[in-house]
Amino acid sequence: MLMVLSSHVAAAAEPLGRRIVLENGMILLLSEKHDIPMVTVSMAIKAGNTAAPVDKPGIASLTASLLTQGTARRTASQISNEIDFIGGSLSVSGGDDFASAGLRVLKKDLATGFDLLADVLMNPVFDQKEIDRKVKEILASIQQQKDEPNVVAGEAFTKEVFGRNSYGQTNEDIAAYLPKLTQQEVVDFYHARFGPKGAVIAVVGDVTESEIVQMLNRFFKGWKQSERPLPASIEPPRIDKNIVRKIHKDISQANIAMGHLGISRNNPDYYAVMIMNYILGGGGFSSRLMDSIRDNKGLAYDVHSAVVALKEPGRFEITIQTKNESANEVIAESLREVGRIRSELVAEKELADAKAYLTGSFPLRMDTSAKIAGILVSIELYNLGLDYPQKYAGIINSVTREDILRVAKKYLHPDRMVIVVVANQEKAKLKD
Amino acid sequence: MSFVKIVALISLLSVSGAAISFGQDLKVTEKLLPNGLKVLLKEEHKAPVVTFQIWYKVGARNEKLGTTGMSHLLEHMMFKGSKKYGPKQFSQVVQRNGGNDNAFTGKDYTAYFENFASDRIAISLDLESDRMQNLLLDPKEFLSERDVVKEERRMRTDDDPTNTMVEQMTAAAFIAHPYQWPVIGWMADISNITRDDLFEHYHRYYAPQNATIVVAGDFDTKTLLPMIEKYFGQIPRGPAVPKVGAVEPKQLGERRIIVKKQAELPAVFAGYHTPDIKHADSFALEVLQGILSSGKSSRLYKALVYEKQLALYAGGDYDNVANDPNLFYVYAGVMPGKTTDEVEKALYAEIEKLKTAPAADEELQKAKNQIESSFIMGQDSIFYQAMLLGQFETVANWKMLETYVEHIRAVTKEDVMRVAQQYFTEDNRTVGILVPTGK
Repeated sequence: MLMVLSSHVAAAAEPLGRRIVLENGMILLLSEKHDIPMVTVSMAIKAGNTAAPVDKPGIASLTASLLTQGTARRTASQISNEIDFIGGSLSVSGGDDFASAGLRVLKKDLATGFDLLADVLMNPVFDQKEIDRKVKEILASIQQQKDEPNVVAGEAFTKEVFGRNSYGQTNEDIAAYLPKLTQQEVVDFYHARFGPKGAVIAVVGDVTESEIVQMLNRFFKGWKQSERPLPASIEPPRIDKNIVRKIHKDISQANIAMGHLGISRNNPDYYAVMIMNYILGGGGFSSRLMDSIRDNKGLAYDVHSAVVALKEPGRFEITIQTKNESANEVIAESLREVGRIRSELVAEKELADAKAYLTGSFPLRMDTSAKIAGILVSIELYNLGLDYPQKYAGIINSVTREDILRVAKKYLHPDRMVIVVVANQEKAKLKD
Repeated sequence: MSFVKIVALISLLSVSGAAISFGQDLKVTEKLLPNGLKVLLKEEHKAPVVTFQIWYKVGARNEKLGTTGMSHLLEHMMFKGSKKYGPKQFSQVVQRNGGNDNAFTGKDYTAYFENFASDRIAISLDLESDRMQNLLLDPKEFLSERDVVKEERRMRTDDDPTNTMVEQMTAAAFIAHPYQWPVIGWMADISNITRDDLFEHYHRYYAPQNATIVVAGDFDTKTLLPMIEKYFGQIPRGPAVPKVGAVEPKQLGERRIIVKKQAELPAVFAGYHTPDIKHADSFALEVLQGILSSGKSSRLYKALVYEKQLALYAGGDYDNVANDPNLFYVYAGVMPGKTTDEVEKALYAEIEKLKTAPAADEELQKAKNQIESSFIMGQDSIFYQAMLLGQFETVANWKMLETYVEHIRAVTKEDVMRVAQQYFTEDNRTVGILVPTGK
């Protein structure tokens, strides 16, 4: 086993990239890759949902999506035409903790690409017609998503687990607020949150350090921002017993979302929790939930558990779709598995296999430019260190069966779960 | 977007950007083993990873009404135990060796893959050669996996109103050809399939002369090729694979399918019969797809979504990586307060423009740039490179990838106009409309 691991570590001997602080304060993470004449850029900016006032759900995502809809120098059509003409891609979107921006261009179009990226980030105009158009689109999309039972389940789950916390924004909240939103609010949010302070830019591809530093300093020159603290966050609700929410839809499958509040990325128990989750339901066919509910009983195609660890505590969520009539059985089985991992040490082999997968598959997480850019951004946001790929195996391998039991007891709460079931409730006949 | 799901299941990577290298030489080593197994090896040493793929030339196209979905169900059973690796072992062996594995079924192929760090690739040879010959097809496992597939169908189609409509619209577009039915199979058909049916399907189609191995990544051809020969060379050639003789007759008039289902918003999908990649017109059709649908400056997005705000989404999808002529889909999701009628008219208005006026030079160049850049950028993923080789070799010949960009560059605006006039006619289209019913 150890022989296996050391060969993987040796393969990742070089640091993943270099960290450079730019003139305007932005953090650049560069990974040079000269095999293909292309450049991939991934940015994180402190303008996510947590940066928005709690009474303005959706403003962060809306603002992000409006950046590409017109600047002082270009209309929305000009921007899309310019990036399409060079066969590149440019996007800005919102998120829980951060807004993201992405750019991908061929090397020969690098200057055009950065000209566009800098323009949309630094000079958006938030034209009222564009705001109206985008709001209309978002509202229609929200309406459409009601057709997707897994989304409906996820939304109800989010609301119960997070309440008025920023992570608890639902489509319903956004649909209620957006029509009232004014142009000034968007402008204010942009000026408060979009800037170089705390912004991370990962660049992977066919550039040298001097080339890229010069280019970024040039295009992002003068980007200023006064730093402001994040708004105070509202605690998620305290849950002290199981909450069951039943939503009726005339569908053939029960869509189940069950779980509760999780951990933050910087929690020291993060790695033990990830391994625990792999064994419970995150490890595909190697996981207990998949083995029991899909492989043995044939009750589901998709069954898994996820730990989403954010800047603040995120969620632990089990997701299953099964025919209506089997809802009770899979819920009971899931609770049984959660109970089991909390009361018994996992098997030696189970833990060894989990570690072998997590350490052995690390190279597969870095085999494209996009994946490398993503890891670089995470490394910076969560302070993981540029030697994270080299350290990873050691961290994973140090986790013991006792650690798994300890974190299962500490972070899994089968008696304080939110259980959402979107189904034909007459056929599901849920037990309470 | 729900349509992407359907396309993904039906024929994976059928969308534009059959990416290829920018040069003539893809640096592929090709070998045909004596038992008919084709091997394509592409070395790429920039990352210490390898993808091993095996593509069987069997899909929905090779099935019969009454037992559709067999190829896909067989794909599921391939993970449920073979002689050397019993039930549950396959994926677990891969994962404990730090690998990822999965598979997919389309209309023309069933493909399996493992991605590993470079030093583990031999595991694929062992696993894949074993299950090519010695699948157990245990009757109990079969029954439970058939239930799993039914759940998959419920998730992907039955509980998704737009996908339900597209499935039925496609069925109406093909009246005499197996592209009519969904890869996952009709629900009743899935129930009809027996373990013995699968056994027969497996032995008929899972034979070396009906398969292509594609390996891309950090390996050495000089050591890997002999290993492949060792593991797979002994597998005997199977009996000749039955040909699919069906030919879809020329469509002589528009077909319209209405699907009424509980849904929030309507949707309109139109399918036009178009030739596949082996046909000279496929390049002009690819460029046409780009003009219609590639990026936010494309015609359909710009007109229907951005300017007129008739549609929540709008696009075109040329399903060309296929053995036989398939469909070019043009589609839109209807915005609240708008009608399917106006959206349908707007879709056709854009198509008419392509027939009556040549594209501007810049627009033509833009579409070509997008395709070409996609080819170059696609090189960044060895998995994607292997997928392209596997797809092309299965339905045509992998060498087509080497001249693809050249052919795209040669497309003129007159070519685009000509194929628009030839294929995008009312008589050649099948229209599906999703009509939302009350809640």
